[in-house]
Amino acid sequence: MKLYEHEAKTIFQKYEIPTPHGETATSPTSVKEITARLAVPVAIKAQILVSGRGKAGGILFANSPRDAENTAEKLLGIEIKGVKVREVLVEEKVVAKKELYFGITTDRAKCSYVAIASSEGGIDIEEVAMTMPEKIIKVFIDPTYGFRSYHAYQIVGKLGYVGSQMRDLATIFVKLYKIAMDYDAELIEINPLIETAEGKFVAADSRILVDDNALYRHPEYQKRLIQEGETELSAQEIEAQKTGLAYVKLDGNIGIIGNGAGLVMATLDAVQFYGGKPANFLDVGGGASADMMASALDIVLSDSKVEAVFINILGGITRCDEVAKGILEAKKRVGFAKPIVIRLVGTNEEEGRRILTEAGIHFLDSMEEAAMKAVEIAKTGE
Amino acid sequence: MGIFIGKHTRAIVQGITGGQGSFHTRLMLDYGTQIVAGTSPTKGGTQVCGVPVYDTVEESVERHKANSSIIFVPAPFAADAAFEAVEAGLKTIVIITEHIPVKDAIQVMARAKQAKATVIGPNTPGIIAPNDCKLGIMPAHVFRRGVVGVASRSGTLTYEIATGLSVSGLGQSTCIGLGGDPIVGLSFVDVLKEFERDKQTKAVALIGEIGGNLEELAAEYIGEEGYSKPVAAFIAGRTAPPGKRMGHAGAIIMGRTGTASSKIEAFRKAGVDVAEKPRDVARLLAERLRKKSISTRCKSEK
Repeated sequence: MKLYEHEAKTIFQKYEIPTPHGETATSPTSVKEITARLAVPVAIKAQILVSGRGKAGGILFANSPRDAENTAEKLLGIEIKGVKVREVLVEEKVVAKKELYFGITTDRAKCSYVAIASSEGGIDIEEVAMTMPEKIIKVFIDPTYGFRSYHAYQIVGKLGYVGSQMRDLATIFVKLYKIAMDYDAELIEINPLIETAEGKFVAADSRILVDDNALYRHPEYQKRLIQEGETELSAQEIEAQKTGLAYVKLDGNIGIIGNGAGLVMATLDAVQFYGGKPANFLDVGGGASADMMASALDIVLSDSKVEAVFINILGGITRCDEVAKGILEAKKRVGFAKPIVIRLVGTNEEEGRRILTEAGIHFLDSMEEAAMKAVEIAKTGE
Repeated sequence: MGIFIGKHTRAIVQGITGGQGSFHTRLMLDYGTQIVAGTSPTKGGTQVCGVPVYDTVEESVERHKANSSIIFVPAPFAADAAFEAVEAGLKTIVIITEHIPVKDAIQVMARAKQAKATVIGPNTPGIIAPNDCKLGIMPAHVFRRGVVGVASRSGTLTYEIATGLSVSGLGQSTCIGLGGDPIVGLSFVDVLKEFERDKQTKAVALIGEIGGNLEELAAEYIGEEGYSKPVAAFIAGRTAPPGKRMGHAGAIIMGRTGTASSKIEAFRKAGVDVAEKPRDVARLLAERLRKKSISTRCKSEK
């Protein structure tokens, strides 16, 4: 779960990592009032969970309370990448002598956390990583030791800081690791980490991604349900989240339902291989019940672009008879507005096929054959 | 004889009294796996499918000389279960549980490495050496004893490809699900090394997907070490749009690394056949094995 910038900064403040002075607001009037309490110029930052916010015009600046009110007027209520701006963070603008990057994330190959730092922070950090990899400092964190002060000093030394600046920066890094562990962060980063003209360090922007699987340890975030319009997610994606299905919207016209992320991805690939365009990715997961199956069909068919649906089930822990019952249940509940191609093999396959045959629903044996059929139907409409 | 497991495997089931645990204990026993004990704190003294249940792993290991474990414990308690298995000296630990926090998984892997224990998973269908031992939840009927070692990051896609190998007559020596999580115990390279040493394995199938760089590292290993057995790969997610999460926490594309094309290119460069469709894996390996046996025969005739 992605935390809002202001949520992440509240955590930073709790751990005494310096952040710019600021407050959140939902109306231009309160933006004006907040600005009056701060030193100008101020930055007015849209609180939305989309990436590339700055480049998309989500951060504006103002030189006076009145200017801030007018600017907030322009920002509050507009849509950025399809997400409505409901709240802004008003902050004193920090003048940067230098922009650094510091973050902690996980590394699969090493099975560990990795601390990443760069003297070239800012919005183009990903570009830096690709074009100037020598500017990226990486320290793998052995979980037996954790991230200790000496690791921080190693990094800060490589960034070229000495004396009190070395100590200040190292302290921030160690605290950031502490936050990552305390909040089960999959990713935590300060970008940019600003060095001011006076040689102080300030976390100008912050990002924390809390591990979804650890949300049970963080009930304060678990209870916050994602609402439509709050993220880049489509209506179908939000509905799927509520029912526990993994759904991703794509831009084609063949609805896809399968069990297991790998198999569903391979199904998308097969459809594309035969010249079709998938409308979505939908994984019903392992051991899907008839009810889950029916909800899955509901969601896929609610996408008006869908011309045909391809259900690809390979029963392992999922039972084909349950899947077949779910398909019938969905037919009763929503009807088959569009033609459906079914491939059903594996555990309890005979029973599943009997149920479908009795209901007059046709099915196929091989994934390739079924993919071809779905592509053909989506093209001709029959 | 499979890798990591075989007829010598004496396994305990951690979380044996739960729905999944008891259901799959029955299926593993039916397959012929030696399940010697189960654990479930506070349920010691009972039985599941005729298997004695203990409160702790320590007790079950002492009494039954177990050497392996399969874990069905719910995610919040799974890390403790894995630590318990490692500390009790078990050397092969299969973690079926999904949704284990990344922080917990990292700590488990570090501890297991120190104890020289092999962790398979988490979020894996498990491991099967057809006819000898099944430590997992995979449908047994799709597997057939044979010569192809299979390592996969996916569950159902593995069954799809294993079915193809079974139908073609090649069968499988050992089939391992590495697990769908970002942090798992085994990499493709770890498994490739084991298959290289395994006499029953004549060829290897690697089933990868977008996200991470485990496939690229495997390709690098095969290319540099001059791997002696034919390898074929299938990569799921060729057509997945960048930046979209496709179910697995594992399947996230970041930047230019981890894309299907980067993995496919790396494999091709290393001389690995990459299948366009799941069913092509068996065909590609059969061709490679046929060519190899012809060339060996030619050499021996000279």
